[in-house]
Amino acid sequence: MRKAKALLVLVLLMTVVVAACNKSKPPVARPMPPPMTSGGGDTPPRPPEPPKPVAEPTIVVPPMPADDTISSRTIDELNRDSPLKPLFFGLDSSDVSAEGQQVLQANAAVLKKYPGMQVTIEGHCDERGTAEYNLALGERRALAAKNYMVSLGIAADKVKTVSYGKEFPFDAGHDDNAWSKNRRAHFVITAK
Amino acid sequence: MTHTSRHLKLVGAALLAASALVAAQQPAVPAPQTGVSGRISGESSGTPPRIAVPDLLALSTDRETTEAARTIAQVLWDDLNYEREFYMIPRDTYKSIPAAATIDTVPFDRWRELGADAVVIGTVQRAATGIRVEIRVYSVKSRTSEFGREYTGSAANPRLYAHTMSDELHETQFSLRGVARTKLTFSSDRNREAVVGTVERRDVKEVYVTDYDGANPRRITINRALNVFPNWSPDGRSIIYTSYRTGVPDILISNIFAGTMETPTKATGQNWLPVFSPDGKRIAFTSNRDGNPEIYVMNRDGSDVRRLTNNPEIDSTPTWSPSGTQIAFASGRTGTPQIWVVGVDGAGLRRVSAESYADRPTWSPAPFNEIAFSARSGPGFDIKVLNIEKGETRQITFGEGTNESPAWAPNGRHLAFSSTRAGRLQIFTVDRDGRNIRQITRDGNNQTPNWSQ
Repeated sequence: MRKAKALLVLVLLMTVVVAACNKSKPPVARPMPPPMTSGGGDTPPRPPEPPKPVAEPTIVVPPMPADDTISSRTIDELNRDSPLKPLFFGLDSSDVSAEGQQVLQANAAVLKKYPGMQVTIEGHCDERGTAEYNLALGERRALAAKNYMVSLGIAADKVKTVSYGKEFPFDAGHDDNAWSKNRRAHFVITAK
Repeated sequence: MTHTSRHLKLVGAALLAASALVAAQQPAVPAPQTGVSGRISGESSGTPPRIAVPDLLALSTDRETTEAARTIAQVLWDDLNYEREFYMIPRDTYKSIPAAATIDTVPFDRWRELGADAVVIGTVQRAATGIRVEIRVYSVKSRTSEFGREYTGSAANPRLYAHTMSDELHETQFSLRGVARTKLTFSSDRNREAVVGTVERRDVKEVYVTDYDGANPRRITINRALNVFPNWSPDGRSIIYTSYRTGVPDILISNIFAGTMETPTKATGQNWLPVFSPDGKRIAFTSNRDGNPEIYVMNRDGSDVRRLTNNPEIDSTPTWSPSGTQIAFASGRTGTPQIWVVGVDGAGLRRVSAESYADRPTWSPAPFNEIAFSARSGPGFDIKVLNIEKGETRQITFGEGTNESPAWAPNGRHLAFSSTRAGRLQIFTVDRDGRNIRQITRDGNNQTPNWSQ
């Protein structure tokens, strides 16, 4: 566990270094006046040491941290195993729970890290509601998730909403377990 | 005579519309040419007449004609049975009675022995344009023909001849508007196509139309998306529905004879559950255009949009009263979805249901003043009917599967609804008293029916 943490810190540091190198220009020695050789017998003032060239960091290919795979994967691959997690709702409810807020905070962090990312939040419902009313309920669920993301600083135009009511259940079962999985706001990445 | 010929012309026009839907490529339509109308009565007043419908007599020996003779008799029996005005003598009980040699020589003694008050005798023969079908309904007691019709037209859909006879017989005998020529529209995944561009498999749902009895299914939409909650225009020429073809729910109108489409909302917000007003000029629908699901009304072309509800909770699923002056809808404003009624002018808002959860109000046609709806019941739903004047609610289904999305037949005597009672989600019809449940669809999952006028 500790080892994993150390590795993570190392990877993060290296990421910072790599980022710094990529962004700033390489240091250049400032031109200095030539040293005076004539005149007083005093030891001429020593010119300052020229700055040492910054060593090019050795490129080590680290094990890819989980979220770096975002840039290398297609949108379909991302949606198949999404970095954005769904949040779940209570029966007939579109209230975001404390647990749901944590999920949305994590999702917001991913969106902030990848400013090009666009998502659609799908509102889904279980079969305990009617086909008709569930369209409105799903809309309210998607909207509740979106509003919370916007309150965390995500631009509203990065997040679209759509409700599918109970038309596309994730679990085809007819029990509490299935129903709890089907009452969700589901994130679909549409651009990255 | 004037009255009769006008009546026949009207029937001809209705047939034209029905036939165009069933077989658009067939110009020939059954054209009624004769009419006799006497009253068929039961044994005593109050007893429904006992009627027999033996196979029609095939006067040509080709296969099409002989099959039409059998099909028309069976379908006519089913159609007449549907309205429960006649006592239908089971067809297998008179297999031994010899067919009438001609339409005028009927073995009345045998029919009398069977206890029939009336017997339908008919013939089918080839004609230049298809087939000619002649039908008489004889009173067994008086041995006279009390109803007679002759139709010529295409042989492509013999069922339509039976439906037409049934509607005309109900009209002349009971002043009853039968539903034999009406249609159902609903949403179905029977095509087994998947939505494009999703990582999970999601089944496409397309809009279909069938005869009221489930025969002659035809697909209306072809956009490989969700197409749900179809609703007929009053003239039966258009279907309005919620389509996700652009990725979000919006209202589409398919003009099913013209083959054209209308997009009345011009993509303003997301819009769903549209229903035509009784005059076909206005559309009530649900929309999130102001940030929350609310009820709106607009003209058919999308102009003159008016917001009817204004509430932080959900307002959804509008339905028009038969006069077009009121709208019933579902609202969560008291914490659970309940049925509410409001004037189209926004006045007179009131709650009319007291369920744990009620949605999909559907206002009955006159003369009944009732609202059918889906009520939560255990883990699923049951269909209930609210009598608005009396404030009384009666239950139509009783927990067999889950039962949702009721839709009235145009004569108010039947309801279509979706149910899981047979396994998958299927369309059923039931009479207004809860009897006579019939399964209409069998292929795939089928939901949210609506009945043509």
